[in-house]
Amino acid sequence: MTGNAAIAEAAIRAGCRCYFGYPITPQNELTEYMAAHLSRREGCAFIQAESEISAVNMVYGASVAGARAMTSSSSPGISLKQEGISYLAACQLPSVIVNMSRGGPGLGSISASQSDYFQSTRGGGHGDYRTIVLAPASVQELADLTRRAFELADKYLIPVIILGDGMLGQMMEPVEFKHEAPSALPVRAGALRGAKGRHSRFVRTFTSNPAELEEVNWSLFRRYQLIQKQEASCENYLTEDAALVVTAFGIAARIAKGAIKQARALGLRVGMFRPVTLWPFPSEQLKELSKRAKYFLDFEMNMGQMIDDVRLALEGGGDVSFYGRPGGVIPNPTEVLRVITRVYHQKGLNQ
Amino acid sequence: MLIKTVFAGFGGQGVMSMGLNLAQAAMMEGRYVTYLPAYGAEVRGGTANCTVSVSDEEIASPVASSPAFVVALNQPSMIKFQNKIQSGGIFFLNSSLIKEPLLRGDIEIVQVPANAAAEDMGSVKSANMIMLGAFIKKSNLVNLQTLIDALAVALKGNKKLIAINKNALTAGYELV
Repeated sequence: MTGNAAIAEAAIRAGCRCYFGYPITPQNELTEYMAAHLSRREGCAFIQAESEISAVNMVYGASVAGARAMTSSSSPGISLKQEGISYLAACQLPSVIVNMSRGGPGLGSISASQSDYFQSTRGGGHGDYRTIVLAPASVQELADLTRRAFELADKYLIPVIILGDGMLGQMMEPVEFKHEAPSALPVRAGALRGAKGRHSRFVRTFTSNPAELEEVNWSLFRRYQLIQKQEASCENYLTEDAALVVTAFGIAARIAKGAIKQARALGLRVGMFRPVTLWPFPSEQLKELSKRAKYFLDFEMNMGQMIDDVRLALEGGGDVSFYGRPGGVIPNPTEVLRVITRVYHQKGLNQ
Repeated sequence: MLIKTVFAGFGGQGVMSMGLNLAQAAMMEGRYVTYLPAYGAEVRGGTANCTVSVSDEEIASPVASSPAFVVALNQPSMIKFQNKIQSGGIFFLNSSLIKEPLLRGDIEIVQVPANAAAEDMGSVKSANMIMLGAFIKKSNLVNLQTLIDALAVALKGNKKLIAINKNALTAGYELV
């Protein structure tokens, strides 16, 4: 199954009832799958919207009414959705946004890239808000984390971004779905479904009184702190005895893993630290790792974005090198192995 | 054992179908497998390729630095991949369309007149399955029967198409 189709199937099985999208390469298989499967389901809605902006605002509407809702796009389309994401964050509406990113800036290229790390983790829209960002590295993980995204969104009343890339979306791997689609989910408290027999409620993004808005921001901030404490997750690969640790996320981590296997065969003590949540970034876990590993090589398919979070987590406690390929160029494992070998020798780790 | 294969040609020759069928068959045999397509959206009939990795253990990278096998359906693909294939690997060439000599002497070359054979069978469209049949015979990556069984998935049970493709696979298998 393609990664894109796996996300769609996993979303349906997670009880996603509404999908709104607008076509863009390289994520069209996701929209196509939803068109074929979600639209046939009882009580579900699939709409190909007239633009990315309307699609994200349809998610807003569906979420206000209490439905699990999702939209997806690729980099330039995600830029268009940013206003809507900021509004979803302001109104604390659970929602899932998928970005199968491609080369940028601008219309860029249709090839896989990781240049949207900043946009995803720093809040691409305006205002003092955060979104949870999940970074899968296999088709199986795309499926598993899609389910997780809906759960986290409901638990913390927050938009969750799944940051994949064109390669993950279009590649095929075997995938297992562990859950059947639920017949009905309990209605979320606070959903607007008519005020019969109770006082009316408001969901709005405009708060004219600054003191009141400050309260809103404080309550958001406290929730973000809780998420940072509870939800940061990562994968450690061969880090126990590693003299050099490669930090990488998503598809770059898969390529790095191939290189690390080759490096190990050459006798180099190399491991990998892969954040699964990009926000919250697993800073504590990386800091912990730096007690036994001092040298890090950050590898990304951009010119260095996650490296900022790596450095912040290490608080000056590690030596960080960088290798990146921007623009949608796909580096191969041997190329990364050459960089690993060079850094390994430059830092005298072979002694 | 991790084996990476690249199928390459121009859009419309069916290189993605070749890769998909191999990936499906490998999965049916219980192997680890990844399928990675690469094609430009800009040019109709432009070059296209896909990488299929088959392994007995979890596959780290779906990208191939230097594939063990390359199946080239046209001249530009042969030129593009002749320096990437690993030493001792096998290069499968569609000799109906590839006339230029190869510059390397450290790899095995298997010439398959796929277009000519396909035309003899009634349609040049079957050239990809003839190549795939020949590829399976030499590479031993999956069983021919599994590959035939896998056709039913890709062709969604269309009996007429399955029969045509099965014949082409078998013909290719017997050609080398």
